Amino acid sequence: MNFFEFLVNRSDDMLELGLGHAAVVGVSVLLATVIGVGLGIATYRRPRPREAVLAVAGTFLTIPSFALFILLIGPLGLGAMPVVVALTMYGLLPIIRNTITGLREVDPAIVESASGMGMSRTQQLLKIELPLAWPVIITGIRVTTLVLLGIAAIGSIVLGPGYGELIFTGLARVGTPVAVNLVLAGALGIIVLAIVFDVLFYVIRRLTTSQGIR
Amino acid sequence: MTTLARDQDLVVQTPPRTRRRSLAGYLVMPAILALVCLGMYLYVSSQELDSIEARSLNAASLATATWEHIQLTVVSTVLTLIIAVPLGILLTRPFTRRFRPYIITLLTLGQAVPTIAVLVLLAVAFLFLGFQAAVVGLVLYAFIPVLLNTIVGLEQVDESVLEAGRGMGISKFGVLRRLELPLSVPIILAGVRTALVINVGTATLTTYINAGGLGDIIVAGLSTNRVLIQIIGAALTAVLALLIDYLAGIAEDFLRPKGL
Repeated sequence: MNFFEFLVNRSDDMLELGLGHAAVVGVSVLLATVIGVGLGIATYRRPRPREAVLAVAGTFLTIPSFALFILLIGPLGLGAMPVVVALTMYGLLPIIRNTITGLREVDPAIVESASGMGMSRTQQLLKIELPLAWPVIITGIRVTTLVLLGIAAIGSIVLGPGYGELIFTGLARVGTPVAVNLVLAGALGIIVLAIVFDVLFYVIRRLTTSQGIR
Repeated sequence: MTTLARDQDLVVQTPPRTRRRSLAGYLVMPAILALVCLGMYLYVSSQELDSIEARSLNAASLATATWEHIQLTVVSTVLTLIIAVPLGILLTRPFTRRFRPYIITLLTLGQAVPTIAVLVLLAVAFLFLGFQAAVVGLVLYAFIPVLLNTIVGLEQVDESVLEAGRGMGISKFGVLRRLELPLSVPIILAGVRTALVINVGTATLTTYINAGGLGDIIVAGLSTNRVLIQIIGAALTAVLALLIDYLAGIAEDFLRPKGL
């Protein structure tokens, strides 16, 4: 059976695993975005908390994913939960860092004129700073998504959903003809998802960036 | 705006660079890691280990696994740098300007290819197993972020400095050697650290292709259903990764050229 026939044969599987993979990564990216942008906004003006938050998020990213998944089995059990928590932890650093970079690069003169116009701190943030920083923030989210898609494959070890299952099944059948097809199908599925997400973010970025800085 | 946004794209996997720390700042991480190790040691020695647990959790087998892990990390990092840094230099020369954006897009997407797929593919498609296969897999995965890092590092060197160099009559190669490379040392050092961190993490997975490392301990725990072995293996892996990142961070602090 060649690779193409294999894919057609397993198209149900491919679709189901793909949806699972996309869902786990999507939820994690969403969580990481909410937490990361929140932390970024809270700390970007204060050097000490800012460095502390970045250092902790950097430490998360340093812990090997295989080890983190295993350590999370204890408190969270098997399945999607440990995968979502681990991926969220990995996603934080790029999002926090880009939020901080984006907000700090807003021209102080613009913020000053906003406050001169009588805008409150919240208004300045929501109407001036965040929209101007948004392209940088969304780039952080996009890159996070790409990296998390790859890491999610390892989530199969703790029985998380997604294309990792095909890769590990292929590994277990090393030496048989189907093994290569299984692994290739898993890798291809993830690459397709990466392209889909990338295009999606490109569109979102176009639509949500305010017109003046597009 | 576009160059800026791309900058943010590229350095994403680099750990954050801390400011030059005080002496106390340098001691926090090793103190925490030593405490974790001490805690694990005390806990394991207070437990009655059954024969399966005793086979994995003894000084000899843990030391072997750790040593294998360090070897994998160091060898693959050296190879990654030998390949990625010159390639990065090549890709920033003017003649590549036309197709550089395509290459960068391709490399960025390539980061999504899961490491485990690369490693397993080497095993199932080419029946390529063991230490060498693991090194090939690790290098294949780590060279992308390091390459991107080098490109960004060289591109952010101020064009006017190079212009001044050329104006002084320095040759093309001289500009690269005497201006561009020294000025991008911090970025290249960050690349070294990135490669180390990525490789120490990925080396956990090489147990699946018989290349040893601390992954051996975790997988032994998984296949025999011994939670204690799994946790000790995973915690040791995390400690080793954090330690290597910490040492690379110190090296970064001290090797950075004084003027920068």
